[in-house]
Amino acid sequence: MKRHHLCIAFAAVISAGAARAETDSSLQSIEQYREALRDGNPAELFEAQGEEIWKTPAGPKNVSLEQCDLGLGAGVVKGAFAQLPRWFKDTDRVQDTESRLLTCKEKLQGVDIKAIIKAPFGSPEKDEMNALVTYISGASKDMPVKVSLAHPKEQAMFNLGRRMFYFEAGPHDFSCATCHGQSGARIRLQELPDLTIGKGAGVAWTSWPAYRVSSGQMWSMQWRLADCFRQQRFPEPNYTSDVTVALSMFMAAMANDAKLDTPGIKR
Amino acid sequence: MPNPMKIRAASKDGVTEVKVLMNHEMETGFRKDSSGAPIPAWFITDVVAKLNGKEVMQAQWGASVSKNPYLAFKIKGGAAGDKVSVTWTDSKGETRTDEATVS
Amino acid sequence: MMLASQDRRGFLRHTGLFGLAISALTFLPRMAHAAWNKPAFDAKTMADAYKAMGVENPTASADVTLVASDIAENGAVVPVQAISKIPNTTQISFLVEKNPNMLAAAFDIGPDMLADVTTRIKMGQTSNVIALVKADGKYFTAAKEIKVTLGGCGG
Repeated sequence: MKRHHLCIAFAAVISAGAARAETDSSLQSIEQYREALRDGNPAELFEAQGEEIWKTPAGPKNVSLEQCDLGLGAGVVKGAFAQLPRWFKDTDRVQDTESRLLTCKEKLQGVDIKAIIKAPFGSPEKDEMNALVTYISGASKDMPVKVSLAHPKEQAMFNLGRRMFYFEAGPHDFSCATCHGQSGARIRLQELPDLTIGKGAGVAWTSWPAYRVSSGQMWSMQWRLADCFRQQRFPEPNYTSDVTVALSMFMAAMANDAKLDTPGIKR
Repeated sequence: MPNPMKIRAASKDGVTEVKVLMNHEMETGFRKDSSGAPIPAWFITDVVAKLNGKEVMQAQWGASVSKNPYLAFKIKGGAAGDKVSVTWTDSKGETRTDEATVS
Repeated sequence: MMLASQDRRGFLRHTGLFGLAISALTFLPRMAHAAWNKPAFDAKTMADAYKAMGVENPTASADVTLVASDIAENGAVVPVQAISKIPNTTQISFLVEKNPNMLAAAFDIGPDMLADVTTRIKMGQTSNVIALVKADGKYFTAAKEIKVTLGGCGG
């Protein structure tokens, strides 16, 4: 907990002035470090696992996910991630990758998805989801983000996400915008992307899911958002609930045209 | 059975560069679990690489090689179509071998 | 730390590495597999690590290059590369001065290999990292301080 109090304290501090030059050279060195990690991202191991899970029959109906429709037709994985979240006719909902995967698991495989939703992050159930998302995201690598707001429900989801982004709550009156609503802010040496502009949203959205070197875990955007909620002292949102999809919709639409570098790697 | 490795091998100007990602926890033995009990050490101790069945590299590792280890090395010679295999053995005696074709 | 309660023979018997070593000697006479150097990996000082590795009088050499960033954003994963231009290089090792155990990895460089290896290591804190090269029975080093930063909230 101590660490996260520090985070909040630091979030309010924006570097300036005398420390600037030193900071720039430090950031340069950090960039060198990140570059060295990019070649040989352990996320590739999770991609391979995800692909195997996708193709392996499972659930009460003992079928694979290969007929899952991620928005581009049954079984089409390539390019699907670049256009998610999106509205789906069969569910009449706007869904992100994980929400859609749950639909497929329920409908195609007959899986009871409540157990997956309830399982904590880091559990085998969630690890499987994260591997699937990693595989699906890898099949859109280098493609531009192309999220549509054409359907009224897509626009409504974007609006909800924007509202949530600026919504101040919790014991510290925190919002997402507190950390991610200005340019040039950092927590220690981690730059905080400004999600209110296309550039910042682009940098953020196109780098998740990501392999976290600190824990050696693969984190999906759902996990990232749940942890942001925790850091803001908000109650944990339900996995794949509308509010989480809405925040993704807000970020993804802001990131439109940015090139996906998925799966990513982070400290 | 341990999860597979990811091996890339590419030949250029008479040198084959091999890049390997391995699935392994690489537990140091210094960490504790959520109940405070120490997590026993568990890590890859030995790595062997072969080109077309002939051994070219061997390594000994300790627990301070990072989780999900990455390894890159360069072999003299080798050409597209050659086979590179990598085998690791860990402190529990588990082992895994994977192979890739040089591109 | 690791396997402290077991002696080397017990460790070998337990893991089956003993059998592996024997079969390797039988079928691969080209490169003898050295047994895992437990004393070297367990050593808690540089002097003990060097002693267990048989290192005497290591000298700094401009022909050994240690490639690493000045700062590691996270000590759990620190990329390091060592390149030796010294002829007849037969081994490259990575050591971290301020880790609980210094020796991280030792690579035997066979005649079919270039003396150029890259891996990723854990660092508990800011420390000198040493690339140790063995060539013609002599030892050469390159050292670099790598700063390990405190993590922020993360990505």
